[in-house]
Amino acid sequence: MMPDLGQYTTEITSAYVAALGLLGALILWIWMRSRRVKRALTILETRLNRKPNG
Amino acid sequence: MASLWEYANPVKFMKVSGWLLPVTAVLAAVSIVIGLIWGFFLTPDDFRQGSTIKIIFLHVPSAFLAINAWAMMLVTSLIWLIRRHHVSALAAKAAGPIGATMTLIALMTGAIWGQPMWGTWWVWDPRLTSFLILFLFYIGYIALWSAIEDPDTAADLTSVLCLVGSVFAVLSRYAAIFWNQGLHQGASLSVAPGERMNWAYKGPLYLTMTGFVLLFVALVLAGTRTEIRARRMRALVTRERALG
Repeated sequence: MMPDLGQYTTEITSAYVAALGLLGALILWIWMRSRRVKRALTILETRLNRKPNG
Repeated sequence: MASLWEYANPVKFMKVSGWLLPVTAVLAAVSIVIGLIWGFFLTPDDFRQGSTIKIIFLHVPSAFLAINAWAMMLVTSLIWLIRRHHVSALAAKAAGPIGATMTLIALMTGAIWGQPMWGTWWVWDPRLTSFLILFLFYIGYIALWSAIEDPDTAADLTSVLCLVGSVFAVLSRYAAIFWNQGLHQGASLSVAPGERMNWAYKGPLYLTMTGFVLLFVALVLAGTRTEIRARRMRALVTRERALG
């Protein structure tokens, strides 16, 4: 249930949307980059017949 | 007890961060979700600021981390410059985008909060201005890492930039005290007697701050692990090319 924010509904809602949106984008970017680099390293190590180190 | 320097070994770091990362990530998610639900839905309006007080649960933790992320980068940069541990330089590199995002969140939520309270989105107040300069330093730091191909040279130059930028990190924290002017208040959470925030606000604020700190740790661990893998990949490619 949404609390009564009175005359400041737009300000408070936009602050939460902006902050959580930026945090979400940051987490997503770090996670996707981590997956991409991990996959590329695994492919490279497999090619070089090396054992992955985690 | 193991020496702290053992974790400068990439293999040891990968092993420890492998189990530490999910633990901190889960604790961060729990703290932030409970703290924000508590702060948004269950706190009363402030007698002066009305319901806009709810912005504090995002603004203060992000501002706190904006400054302290730079402090962490300063420590790891000094470790790189003095002891040449690669993991510390890569941890500083990983912290850059996280600190920049936290600074941006602090600036944006501050502007949104400032409009109804001060009657303006922005003013060239000492604290706001030093925060904006800190954000520009973050952007410069990230850009410098990207611009230099040799990772050791990049680590050297970004470490020097980090030392210079530390002046603005300190100014961001103490600007309201140094200049004693402007619209922005001093510390939101003070240990000084007579400056007590009510527990109705302090409880969720402490919880979201804890969550943000844990999130920062989790993201730095994840980012550092990625940088270690990227560095290993570069080394393997270089070796492969050298062997023909």
